[in-house]
Amino acid sequence: MLKNRIIPCLDVKNGRVVKGINFIDLKDAGDPVEQAKIYSDGGADEICFLDITASNENRDIIYDVVEKTSKKCFVPLTVGGGIRSVEDINKLLNCGADKVSINTAAVENSKVVIDSSKKFGSQCIVVAIDAKKNGEKWEVFTHGGRNNSGIDALEYARQMEESGAGELLVTSMDRDGTQVGYDIDLMSKISSKVNIPVIASGGVGNLDHLVDGIKLGKASAVLAASIFHYGKHSVKEAKDYLDSKGIPVRL
Amino acid sequence: MNVTIVDYNSGNISSVINSFKEVAKDKVTIEVTSDLNKIKSCDKVVLPGQGSFKSCVDALNKIKGLTDILNEFAITNKKPLLGICVGFQMFADIGYEENETKGLGWISGKVSKIDNQNGKFKLPHIGWNQINIVKDSKIFKDIENNSHMYFVHSYELVPNDKKVISATTDYSSNIVCSVEKENIFGTQFHPEKSDRIGLKIIDNFINL
Repeated sequence: MLKNRIIPCLDVKNGRVVKGINFIDLKDAGDPVEQAKIYSDGGADEICFLDITASNENRDIIYDVVEKTSKKCFVPLTVGGGIRSVEDINKLLNCGADKVSINTAAVENSKVVIDSSKKFGSQCIVVAIDAKKNGEKWEVFTHGGRNNSGIDALEYARQMEESGAGELLVTSMDRDGTQVGYDIDLMSKISSKVNIPVIASGGVGNLDHLVDGIKLGKASAVLAASIFHYGKHSVKEAKDYLDSKGIPVRL
Repeated sequence: MNVTIVDYNSGNISSVINSFKEVAKDKVTIEVTSDLNKIKSCDKVVLPGQGSFKSCVDALNKIKGLTDILNEFAITNKKPLLGICVGFQMFADIGYEENETKGLGWISGKVSKIDNQNGKFKLPHIGWNQINIVKDSKIFKDIENNSHMYFVHSYELVPNDKKVISATTDYSSNIVCSVEKENIFGTQFHPEKSDRIGLKIIDNFINL
């Protein structure tokens, strides 16, 4: 039976791990290579790096981080943040990333998703959707949550599947950093809309939120940062808890 | 001893390289090449593959003489070869991803899309799934039945001769996820991304 995945996410800035509250007020909390290794040894099903300020700053450090990590971690590694082109994707994959997650570039030009999934295969193309509720619908935000594209998130999710995305990483902008739980409504609506796996992100504060993301949000995988990163819970604890709630996990 | 990972522009192979180097340490030389003479003279070959069946077959055919050398290595000389993911799928006679494409024909059978049962099963089949070992395979030495492996694929190899199947995994139906036919080994899952247990499979192959 296919297991639901738990994916610790490390937000990386200038080669160091940080996690912001609603994308601002960053705290420095360690070396990404060592952190990733701790997570993979602890049973993480995948590791995710998000280079959060990559659009504005020197990006080359992340390549070095990815290269070092991929020599130590033998579980899938997803890297996102600031990816603009097929060439950027090529470079990250060559450094040892297994998947890339594309956000702003996919909104601005879906050709990046079409071309890269053709060239490298859908299996390594994750489209990251940052969505914020506006009335009855959700709108897609770009540039690390700074710009509202006005695009309907559900319709966009379907388009990205069609363009060749292998997975969708859906982050609720309203919930990110709040620790009050995933936006279940958003997750389940998107998951029902597409036939590709959805990774839920944004808002995890306790282990029940992970359970909800899978059971109610219909996500194939759950991504979280702070609950793991500041030692509140280990990945092992999270998996044991999910298992106790009848969710299939790799133990 | 030296093991060659065939570099034929089949997509991302850095993880395969990293994992084999990690396992081999200094005992075994890991070569990454498309040089025909090097492939011919090495002890073992790893055939990776990502993307579509068609794109991998096309990439293989783009390197003049490569298919012949692989045939000679695996079929005539019967030296150990491990195919991973699409590298494994290419063992079949024919694949149906994108267009109908001829495979290597080492394992009689076809590669077709996994039945998603009208959307009940999401595709790609991504993540950790258990393998059901159905026959002893040399690469499964010290691997427990029902071990978790990392999968990412939408197509499956359906062999005509069920005797070659060494493991299956349950997703929509019993998907063939590992074969052993004499000196030819293949895994649909990614041992290079399957944590310590995956590295053990790589170790088993290296130590054949």
